[in-house]
Amino acid sequence: MTAAIVVDGVTKRFKIGGEKFDSLKDRLIHLGRVQPTEFWALKGIDLEIAQGESFGLLGHNGSGKSTLLKCVAGILQPTAGQVRTKGRMSALLELGAGFHPDLTGRENVELNGLLLGLDRKGIASRFDEIIDFAGPEVAEAVDRQVKFYSSGMYVRLGFAVAVSIDPEILLVDEVLSVGDEAFQRKCMNRVKQLQGQGCTIVVVTHAADQVRQICDRAAVLDHGDLIVVGEPPEAIRSFREHLFATGRGDTVGDLLDDPPVLDGEEAPPSSRRTLKVKVRKVDVRHPGQPDRAYLRTGEPLEVAISLETSEPIPGVNVGLGIRDVEGRMVWTSNTELLGAPTGPIADQATVTYRFASVPLLDGDYALHVGVVSIEDESVIYDWIDSMTGFNVLSTARVFGQVDLPVHVERT
Amino acid sequence: MAAPTVGDVADDPVDLHVRVVTPKRGVVRRLADVYAARELLVALVRKELKVKYKDSTLGFVWSMLNPALYLAVFYLVFSLFLKNGIPLFPIWLLCGLLVWNFFSVVLSSATTTMVANAALVKKVSFPREVLPLAAVGAGMVHFCLQALVMVAALLVFRHPIAPTYLWLVPIALVYLVLLSSALAVALSAMNVYVRDLQHLLELVLLAWFWMTPIVYPYFQVVPGLIRNGLPSWTFLVNPITPVVLVIQRCLYGAPVVNLSDPEPLVLLPDWSPVTMAIPLLIGIVASTALLGAAVHLFGRLETNFAEEM
Repeated sequence: MTAAIVVDGVTKRFKIGGEKFDSLKDRLIHLGRVQPTEFWALKGIDLEIAQGESFGLLGHNGSGKSTLLKCVAGILQPTAGQVRTKGRMSALLELGAGFHPDLTGRENVELNGLLLGLDRKGIASRFDEIIDFAGPEVAEAVDRQVKFYSSGMYVRLGFAVAVSIDPEILLVDEVLSVGDEAFQRKCMNRVKQLQGQGCTIVVVTHAADQVRQICDRAAVLDHGDLIVVGEPPEAIRSFREHLFATGRGDTVGDLLDDPPVLDGEEAPPSSRRTLKVKVRKVDVRHPGQPDRAYLRTGEPLEVAISLETSEPIPGVNVGLGIRDVEGRMVWTSNTELLGAPTGPIADQATVTYRFASVPLLDGDYALHVGVVSIEDESVIYDWIDSMTGFNVLSTARVFGQVDLPVHVERT
Repeated sequence: MAAPTVGDVADDPVDLHVRVVTPKRGVVRRLADVYAARELLVALVRKELKVKYKDSTLGFVWSMLNPALYLAVFYLVFSLFLKNGIPLFPIWLLCGLLVWNFFSVVLSSATTTMVANAALVKKVSFPREVLPLAAVGAGMVHFCLQALVMVAALLVFRHPIAPTYLWLVPIALVYLVLLSSALAVALSAMNVYVRDLQHLLELVLLAWFWMTPIVYPYFQVVPGLIRNGLPSWTFLVNPITPVVLVIQRCLYGAPVVNLSDPEPLVLLPDWSPVTMAIPLLIGIVASTALLGAAVHLFGRLETNFAEEM
């Protein structure tokens, strides 16, 4: 195995002060008085990434993952240690970062290509391909100053230049989530194509899904330390366990980049909620594992919904929905459908959904609770989206969404 | 835990695809990086020029109008109002102004270059020294345009130059470019940390201009220096003086004017070309060392560029 990237004892210290003293006057005034606080963004990282490997760097905000990527890219210099890389490198830290607004698209492509290390000949031969990738909208505006471009065009051209150099090492810092969906897919395809060509890829992300999708191996960083290096499931598991252990991952919202988009069934506007019955609290419990903040596939789950009513009521229909990160409904039902009517409620009541086993695989799941009238489902008392949720860690050697009982035999 | 492939060739400058990111990057390797990025340097110079005159109708003519205006004003003040008695004063003045304009424009534009290109510096990896050096390059283009004004003036006035001194001109310019590059690289890095530098520089340049024999001739100061017990070469300590003197000696030609007067006006020392070459050569050696020191300083300061901006 030959290494494409060797990170050798890399340490990075930032000096952070409450204020920055950039001017001479400030420096003189505060001379010797203000000790800048030191902050170790990376503490002696050793890491080797093989040629052709796709590597994920996981970590919460401030873990040092982006700093490490910037050191590999050569944008930041480590305080101590060194990074050695072999191969043409392209870093996607901010698309179109090198663009000058007053230059035309064509001139910027040339300048950006040179910044990435191409020579003029190389750029000339790739120019059409770049513009083609950026799309017809950009092709039409190629001789206009980029300050007249839309942000979408800007980003597309930036990505097109960055990947056009056929990098042998591609560094990606959460930029794959820009642009419209079609362009994102195009970017992802291009990344996978580069993967196929043996390009070494390093992705910085806090989206576990992306790591699972792209990476062969992943590392978890926390406060500048490398905690785990391993295969994606292992790394993701330890990333989550670490988050929970340090109390940062106790709400599912931390792990969800964006609130899920509901498909079809929109949450009703608050004006339509009568609030005659209110959801006071939704508790997620892991029977048997009360201290653990996540489930393993196949373990039981309890969701307790505490209700409160302003006046006695003959009964309500309490619905529960489970959605995945992308907002797809995984499971939904309600007390009426399940044949478990609540019966009359005087002031308070708790409805508990008990799942004997959750066969879901790795992922973050959000819970949705709706309380409606038993007579007329269109009378909505209360409705809560993604207030809480649960996480599942899978140990199974299967991928997808559900752990179906399986037995393979050859006949 | 060095992998054999990367570790072994890391110090081999031939394989440009191997990169080492480390705080301990030597001056020679840094300069090699800059050399490898020379096409980028040229593109940045072109960008600089293009952006500067992007929406102006006259464009590059402005580059020439600037010295032309200086010339008109200074001629008015010194030749007509103050009657300094230097014949063909515009040509005399242009000799010094050419040099000074290059020097001062390069320094003031290079100083802000790192901060002005913060977006690039923070997000893209490239030898950052090319940014101040691009300012030097843009200055060289402007210098050439302004030199055209000079050539035109020489032709219009049918002014004889001193051809025996002509070979000193390229040497003087090499020295000027080296010195400007060294200062440009150092100042651009320092300005990231102390933003006052760019304002301070304006004042320093103003004082420096009047401490350089551009408007007044060298020999008007020397008697005063000697009277005050200072050695006559004191002014040569100003690193720009030797360059200005050489250009004046060659293009203005005569070291002594108004020969028919009872008291001829001595403008320049009547040194031989070889004697005049000595301060230039010393300057070249010194500014090469200075450039090395500047690149070293740049490397030290660069470690924290991204977070200082």
